[in-house]
Amino acid sequence: MKSSDLLSAADKLALSRLISEVENETSAGKTALDGCFPRSGKAHLIGVTGAPGTGKSSLVNRLAQLIRREGKQTVAIVAIDPSSPFTGGAILGDRVRMRDLSGDPGVFIRSMASRGELGGLARTTAGVVQLMDAAGYDLILIETVGAGQSEVDIARLAHTTIVVESPGMGDDIQAIKAGILEIADILVVNKADRPGIENTERALRANLELGYSHRVNGKAGHGEFKEENTIVNSEEWVPPVIKTIATEETGFPELINAIASHRDYLQKTGLLAHRERERLMDEFDHLLRHTLVQNWKAQVSTENISRVMDAVYSRKRSPASAVEELTRPAK
Amino acid sequence: MADRKIRVLIAKPGLDGHDRGAKVIARALRDAGMEVIYTGLRQTPEMIAEAAVQENVDVIGMSILSGAHLVLVPKVIDTVRKTGLTDVGFFVGGIIPEEDVAVLKAAGVNAVYGPGTSTVTVIEDVKSFAHIA
Repeated sequence: MKSSDLLSAADKLALSRLISEVENETSAGKTALDGCFPRSGKAHLIGVTGAPGTGKSSLVNRLAQLIRREGKQTVAIVAIDPSSPFTGGAILGDRVRMRDLSGDPGVFIRSMASRGELGGLARTTAGVVQLMDAAGYDLILIETVGAGQSEVDIARLAHTTIVVESPGMGDDIQAIKAGILEIADILVVNKADRPGIENTERALRANLELGYSHRVNGKAGHGEFKEENTIVNSEEWVPPVIKTIATEETGFPELINAIASHRDYLQKTGLLAHRERERLMDEFDHLLRHTLVQNWKAQVSTENISRVMDAVYSRKRSPASAVEELTRPAK
Repeated sequence: MADRKIRVLIAKPGLDGHDRGAKVIARALRDAGMEVIYTGLRQTPEMIAEAAVQENVDVIGMSILSGAHLVLVPKVIDTVRKTGLTDVGFFVGGIIPEEDVAVLKAAGVNAVYGPGTSTVTVIEDVKSFAHIA
C-alpha cells in the first residue's frame, strides 16, 4: 500500500508526517503527491494575505472557528511565516492567534517557513495543500507571509483570495498601485474599531470604483458610490469590502457569505475550472523551472561555474554571457 | 532535495505568564537555522500534543516558571506519546530545583536548563535530540 492511500483527515499524525516529506522534497513526498493527486481538487482553497500586523492570523482563527460552529465543513490551515535569509531559521508564530481552534478534531493547522521563496508562499505550499485536500478537508485556508505589495503568488494557488487591510496602512495612492489589491476577490478591513477606518474603507472603495466603474452600482457616476457590495447587471465579480473585528465576531457572517458567493460565482461562470487549469499550469511551470535548474546544476561542475564567475567578478564578462556559456549544450 | 530543517515546538504549559525565556530560546534556535513553532502562553498538555502532531516536530521545549513542572512535564510527555509521536526529544527550561532534575529526566526529559545556561549549549543539545528522532 502506498503511503498516500493512508491519507485521511482522521489520521492527523500520518498527514503531518507526509507533509514533512513533501516540505523536505523527499522521494517519499513526491510519491505521496503523485498518489493522492487524483483524489485532490475537491476543497475550496481560500488565500488570506495582507501586510504584517493587519490581523491575518486572528482573522483566520475567527473565520475557521465560525465555519466550524456551523459544523458542516472541516478546515485545514496552512500558515506561512518567513525564513531568515541568513540562517534559514524561522519563528512560526501564527498558532499563537489560533488557540480557539485547539481541541477541534475537524481542524488541522500547519505552520510553514517560506524557505527562501519570495512570493509569499513556500515552494512546497501547493503540495501541502494538495495533501490536505486529498485527506478530505473541505476548506483550506492559506495564510501568506506578511505581504508587501507584490507577494501575489497566493492568487494563483487559491480559488478565493482575501486581502486584509487595516486602518492607517496607507492613503488612496497606495490603493491605486498595482499589486496586492488587484488580486483581491474579497477585501477585508480588519480592526474596524480603530480610528481611520472610514478613510481606509473610502480609499478601497474609490479604488474599486476606478476599476469597475461601469459595474459598481451600475453607473459610472463621477465621485459617487454607495455603501453596498452588489454586483449589478454584470457577469464580473466586484470584490466586496467587508469591515471586520477579528477579536470579536463583527463582520464575519458577511465574510463567510462573501466566500460562499464567490465560490458560487466561480462555479456558475465556469471560472472555477478555468482557475484550476491556470493553477495547475502554474504549478507545472514552477516545478519545471525548479527541476530544470536542479538538473542543470547536477550536470555542471562547480569548478566550471567558479571559473566563469571569476570572469564576471573581475568584470571581464557580464552575468548574462556567463549564463549563456554555462547553459550551452555540451558538444 | 532540500535540507531537512529541525522543527522545534516551544511551549509554555501552565499558568505563569513569563515568556521572556521562551522567546530567548526560540530566537536562539531560529538563529541556529531551525524552524521554531511558538505557541504562546497557557498551553494545556493536550494543546501542546495537538500542536506537536500537526507540526510534526522533532523536539519540544517547555518553559515553566510556576513551580508546577513535576505535574505538567510528565503529563505533557505522556499526552504527546499517546498520540503516536514517540520519537520526539524534550527539554525543559525555567526555575527547576536541583532535586527535581532527576525526576524530570526519569519522566523522559533529555535536558533541563536553569537560568544562565548558554544558548550555545541549548542549540547543540537540541541538534542532538533531533537526531534521536
